[in-house]
Amino acid sequence: MQQIINFLIRNKNGLLYVFLLLIALGFTVQSNSYHQSKFLNSSNWLTGNIYQTSTNVSTYFSLQDENNVLLEENKRLRNLLFNKGIARPDSVAIDTTSPYDVITANIIKNSYSLNKNYPTINAGENQGIKEDMGVITSNGILGIIDHTSSKFAIVQSILNTKSTINAKLKNSNYFGSLVWDTKDFNTVQLTDIPRLVNIKIGDTVVTGAMSSIFPENIPIGIIKDYSLNKTENSYHINISLFQDMSNVKNVYIIKNKNIVEIKELEKKVE
Amino acid sequence: MVNNKLVLHIIRFFFLVLAQVLVFNNLNFLGYINPMVYILFFYWYPVKENKAILLIASFFLGLTIDMFSDTMAIHTAACVTIAYLRSGIMRFCFGVNYDFQNFKMSSTTTLQQVTFLALLILFHHLIFFSLEIFSFSNLLLILKKVLIVGSATLLLCLLIKSLFSTQKK
Repeated sequence: MQQIINFLIRNKNGLLYVFLLLIALGFTVQSNSYHQSKFLNSSNWLTGNIYQTSTNVSTYFSLQDENNVLLEENKRLRNLLFNKGIARPDSVAIDTTSPYDVITANIIKNSYSLNKNYPTINAGENQGIKEDMGVITSNGILGIIDHTSSKFAIVQSILNTKSTINAKLKNSNYFGSLVWDTKDFNTVQLTDIPRLVNIKIGDTVVTGAMSSIFPENIPIGIIKDYSLNKTENSYHINISLFQDMSNVKNVYIIKNKNIVEIKELEKKVE
Repeated sequence: MVNNKLVLHIIRFFFLVLAQVLVFNNLNFLGYINPMVYILFFYWYPVKENKAILLIASFFLGLTIDMFSDTMAIHTAACVTIAYLRSGIMRFCFGVNYDFQNFKMSSTTTLQQVTFLALLILFHHLIFFSLEIFSFSNLLLILKKVLIVGSATLLLCLLIKSLFSTQKK
């Protein structure tokens, strides 16, 4: 007994080190296997508010650019409206039967240099945001909501090795999954497109209809180059994104009103 | 006097965390180089202080950085490890001098100080990037990142160190 206690006292620093290291590794493994761990993330009160304060200051320096981006987008949307023959867009009543709602938010912490990137946005459960909603920007897609708190939410970016998003070639119904090989933050990879499909460099890739998270046909990027994979039955396609992932400020969160119904239906099949 | 030192360490802790998460995590130089300047905490920490407290402080330092940068707990693991290895590295860098009672960091040569800092950074980055990438098939990528990000960290740490140095030439 005496010897055991002596041993413990002699090695107390070593044991403390092993103990703390195990806690750290435990957190890491746990959040690897499931969503972000419950409190080790930047959507909590303290980190969220510090990022919010810092963003409040830094956004002033890019107001002009952001305004231009929003103007461009408004122009595009107005074009769509006028060309569809709706004369007075200001008075159009919002269609309450549409399946998607859109919520706006700002990015308060962007991240794109790690292997698993999780940007943080300043809207949370109070704004009606829940896990597994899609997040898009004016030019493309950003990711999927991974974790929420009352005022903030964390997005699992498409620049994350855990992310797989259903995508397809525009004007065709061949779909594959969008993954990231961590090499370049403006290039993602589309896999599982069968060999028989005729693809060309410069083709547009959009979101597919297979998921209930994103609406169909949201632009993602264009094909940069492609090669056959090892088994030579499907393509491995590099896509350069429309959205510059290092410069994202304003985002839209897409809320699918039918998601509960879809989930229930899928459960019945299982 | 003791209290003054304690307050200094606490202020340094928060200063380093804020500098890291608000400034250096957003550098993204060449797309992925984010120097981790908070390692200076281990450099500035007093030499002959209770080791258990250093371990616990480093645990919370890593945990705070992890919370801000959404990196699970890999900063924590790397921090705790270099806190544990710190005395060994010091003995390696400063030789017998380290065992004297009145050993002071200011009495060592610049080369020894730089070696000490570089070794801290090397061990930290090795553990950090191994855990982050977590596959041995990407060993070259890990080594490349350790080397490049490590040199950037070392450079910035030396700059910050000389900026806040109280030593009179």
